Amino acid sequence: MSKVSGRTERVAQAGETMIKVENLKKHYGGGGVFAQPSVKAVDGVNFSIKRGETLGLVGESGCGKSTLGRTLIRLEEATEGTISFDGTDVTTLTGDELKDWRRNAQMVFQDPESSLNDRMTIGEIIREPLDAHDWKDKQDRQERALDLLTAVGLREEHYYRYPHQFSGGQRQRVGIARALALEPEFIVLDEPVSALDVSVQAKIITLLEDLQEEFDLTYLFIAHDLSVVRHICDRVAVMYLGKIMEIGETEELYENAHNPYTRSLLSAIPHPDPSSSSHRITLPGTPPSPRDPPTGCQFSTRCPAKIRPEEYAHVEHEVWDAIERYREVVRERSRMSLGTFDRLKRSVGRFSAYDDIDETVADLFDDLDVPADIREHVETAAELVKDGRPEDARSHLIDEFNGVCDMQRPELHQVANGGHLSYCHRHTDEYEDVDPVITRRTRDT
Amino acid sequence: MSGEQFEPDFSRREEEPLLSVRNLQTAFFTDRETIRAVDDVSFDIYRGETVGIVGESGSGKSVTARSIMGLIESPGRVLEGSSIRFKGQELTDYSDAQYREIRGSGIGMVFQDPQQSLNPVYTVGNQIREALRINRDITGQEAVEEATDLLESVGIPDAKRRLDEYPHEFSGGMRQRAVIAMMLACEPDLLIADEPTTALDVTIQAQILDLLKDIQEERDLAILFITHDMGVIADISDRVNVMYAGQIVEKASVENIFERPEHPYTRALIESIPGEHSRKEGLNTIDGEVPTPHEPADHCRFAPRCPEAFGACSEVAPVHVDVGETIEHTAACLLYPEAMTEADRVEHHRARGTTGESETERDTK
Repeated sequence: MSKVSGRTERVAQAGETMIKVENLKKHYGGGGVFAQPSVKAVDGVNFSIKRGETLGLVGESGCGKSTLGRTLIRLEEATEGTISFDGTDVTTLTGDELKDWRRNAQMVFQDPESSLNDRMTIGEIIREPLDAHDWKDKQDRQERALDLLTAVGLREEHYYRYPHQFSGGQRQRVGIARALALEPEFIVLDEPVSALDVSVQAKIITLLEDLQEEFDLTYLFIAHDLSVVRHICDRVAVMYLGKIMEIGETEELYENAHNPYTRSLLSAIPHPDPSSSSHRITLPGTPPSPRDPPTGCQFSTRCPAKIRPEEYAHVEHEVWDAIERYREVVRERSRMSLGTFDRLKRSVGRFSAYDDIDETVADLFDDLDVPADIREHVETAAELVKDGRPEDARSHLIDEFNGVCDMQRPELHQVANGGHLSYCHRHTDEYEDVDPVITRRTRDT
Repeated sequence: MSGEQFEPDFSRREEEPLLSVRNLQTAFFTDRETIRAVDDVSFDIYRGETVGIVGESGSGKSVTARSIMGLIESPGRVLEGSSIRFKGQELTDYSDAQYREIRGSGIGMVFQDPQQSLNPVYTVGNQIREALRINRDITGQEAVEEATDLLESVGIPDAKRRLDEYPHEFSGGMRQRAVIAMMLACEPDLLIADEPTTALDVTIQAQILDLLKDIQEERDLAILFITHDMGVIADISDRVNVMYAGQIVEKASVENIFERPEHPYTRALIESIPGEHSRKEGLNTIDGEVPTPHEPADHCRFAPRCPEAFGACSEVAPVHVDVGETIEHTAACLLYPEAMTEADRVEHHRARGTTGESETERDTK
């Protein structure tokens, strides 16, 4: 246990597993009888970080990437699962052991405007973790702070200045110096460059790489898009709605992404090349609420390669698209609960607040050539919504149009060497591979 | 930089530009210092095209947009000698009331943070109907219909129900769509989009960019698109202005900017974009920080950070000169015109710059 304190004494081998996360879950709320369902911010993730490497964690806002980072360094308590650091489960640490772990694992925050206390000088800010952990004596702490200033590319005279006198890039350097103060082995970088200009971003990334080499650091680098990550990470994990969709070595993932979500995310990055011919996959809609995630694959509501039920396999792409949008509308409606008065009206059959669903149906389907059987199901659902029973409409559509993606959680499949895993039903032999499907479906739009 | 070198812009096209900005100077005066946030900026926008302004924070791109909209507040003001012509009308002479008219129906603006453009205590429908009532005198059932159509046209599903929801019930991308719908309610000719996708996720950003392109096509809308993201600029613009420390340093068609960037700053900016190269190739950086322009420009503001700077760069203010074989590609840099010798080039810029300088002097008094 003692090895968790500060820097590990023994000579650690680069490349051996440092942190192993197993089935980690973090849910918020949902405790009481009357409570709403819990928010599943992180919903069962597994991965490991090797000593000395940088693992990128990428995803859109609300996918749980920051929660995962915070849970790793015990800023949040895990709901379930284990995080083992050199064999010790850090989720159960208490007292002095916990303090030691916190010393060994640090964090750099996204917003350099709000993560520094404006009333403290730069020197005080960098010294604060040293003070809190009673590190040597006062003289040594000051010297250490001055050394750190130089290490992150600031000057010693900055010691007595205040944060507001610095630019965003410089403030981020202060944040990095503070994280380094206690000589940690592991640092969670939570979008450290997202708030900065490109030319400043490049400098901070270079600094982080230099520091990693100098101090043998291991990074978890959290980012919301894939472009920055490419420069600094050895491996990348892509997250969506609390789940890791794909994980693999950086270049392999960029050049050879298997998961439909990773592919969409990559194609959505605007390229600084106006003649670029690569086709953009524009995902419809927004991620579903983490309170009510899909029963099947988390990405199924927006997936461009979703597997359709057999009897609808030949339906035109536009029609199927409209069905998916319609289901989203009905799902949204089923989340709203009716007031007492509306329920009363429903019971005497005079409920009319939802009659506007007709307009939505018209908007979605009128321009399309919809086969009669589909039309019928759409109408049935619309009637149910009008009667004030959107939940029934939702289940009607579920019964009718659900495919394997809606019903079953996929597994992480090995898709290439080097631990490249992807979370998708299409990686099994039963179904067509992702690539041809996406090419075919995006070509005609 | 004087305005003369932009004269050819007029002759290059038959039609009159929708918006024409000439020698725009906006400065902020405080007790401690004067900040020349926009210093002698000129450009044109024609109907149906998208003009991009790209630059780092502090380059003056947002102040340019706010100057056009008449949203500069004390201690800042648009200096005399600046000209902003919209459909042939000189906006800098306008009173507040006249400006309100223009903001209502001529020029629409979309900001970075949609939350700030929406009132949290009114429903989205309420706010769109208000815009319709004030600008187009549409009320009652007709306004509801029109508002539903507008929300549908910006791709919000189940529009009718959404009208009764409050802004907080919308996601970030939805909110930006709602703001665009409100703006469209005023039927503008020009849309100024100030970093409209910066706060959004990439997948949502892609949706909004597609939406803007569709709207532009449908309504023959001119768009002034401001962003710091070179990738977004490449995606949406027809022509690009690169801004640095309050000035436009290079202007060209979007193809030329990326294929043949001529100004050293544009080149450095393109090279420092992450994500285009793999890790082994490394990442280029620009040394130093963007300066805050306090003094009138009597030298090149990029010179201290420029890898190609030479002696004269800190003494002579560069003017825009043609740099490409194609028309409408200019850069303000002493390295051009390339055909001349160094001494001739410096003289060329000095001679053409003098008129501009005296103008600048006059304005500050």
